[in-house]
Amino acid sequence: MTITLFWFFSFLMLAFAIVVVVQRNPVSSAMALVVSFIALAALFVSLDAFFIGVIQVLVYAGAVMVLFLFIIMLLDIKAEQRRVISPAALAGGLIVIFGFVGTFTQMLAGFAPAGATAPTLPHVIEDVKRVGILLFTEYNLPLQIVGTLLLVSTIGVIVLSKRELK
Amino acid sequence: MPLTLHDYLLVSGLLFAVGFTGVLVRRNILVIYMCLEIMLNAANLALVAFSRFRPAADGMPDYHGQVLVFFIITVAAAEVAVGLAIIVALYRARNTTQINEINRLQY
Repeated sequence: MTITLFWFFSFLMLAFAIVVVVQRNPVSSAMALVVSFIALAALFVSLDAFFIGVIQVLVYAGAVMVLFLFIIMLLDIKAEQRRVISPAALAGGLIVIFGFVGTFTQMLAGFAPAGATAPTLPHVIEDVKRVGILLFTEYNLPLQIVGTLLLVSTIGVIVLSKRELK
Repeated sequence: MPLTLHDYLLVSGLLFAVGFTGVLVRRNILVIYMCLEIMLNAANLALVAFSRFRPAADGMPDYHGQVLVFFIITVAAAEVAVGLAIIVALYRARNTTQINEINRLQY
């Protein structure tokens, strides 16, 4: 059952990621990306990472994609025209992509820990508690730095969005 | 046959390849940005898979990997906000989001 669900959500995620790439209309791309992110959240849940799955849905499928759609509608972007693809560019692109996939699969085949199956967990998952404890003890300084980063980016967005850039 | 780390890493690598293709082939800067997000998410999937399949000493998943994913998601959210603000500023200056029409450093 878990295996069926894993492959189902994997294919869903990859198929909609491909739709993002091939779709000419940016709004359709954004909607496909939402589905892809939700399928990815399902994969996170299958890895017992419930907290990460929830923030994936909230932050990515929720906030980030709403921002994307908002900007697409604000800029009123039309669908791209069909353009002539030069054979040289197509061949070069295919070589790069298949070179990457080929190298990756070959590297994965020779990667010894990859055969590991999921170990059974000794007790119940309490990942929010565990991640929270780590965030406020060992990763306290990075957490504060990330907080500052969010503040700086908020200020940066406001400065960038001003009508007149002086 | 039970699921192995290999399956998750393979899916993660394929997702990364799809995002990579998008960054290479698309001309619309917004879609390129979406494909960058796909690549970040592929890395997140690999990290969570490692955290689950390589348990810590007490047999629970290695939560350090999930903390790293948490930070990646936070930074990605900040990055999206700033990047989209830059795209809006660019659109105001040039009236286009096609990268082949944005070919001058100074305006």
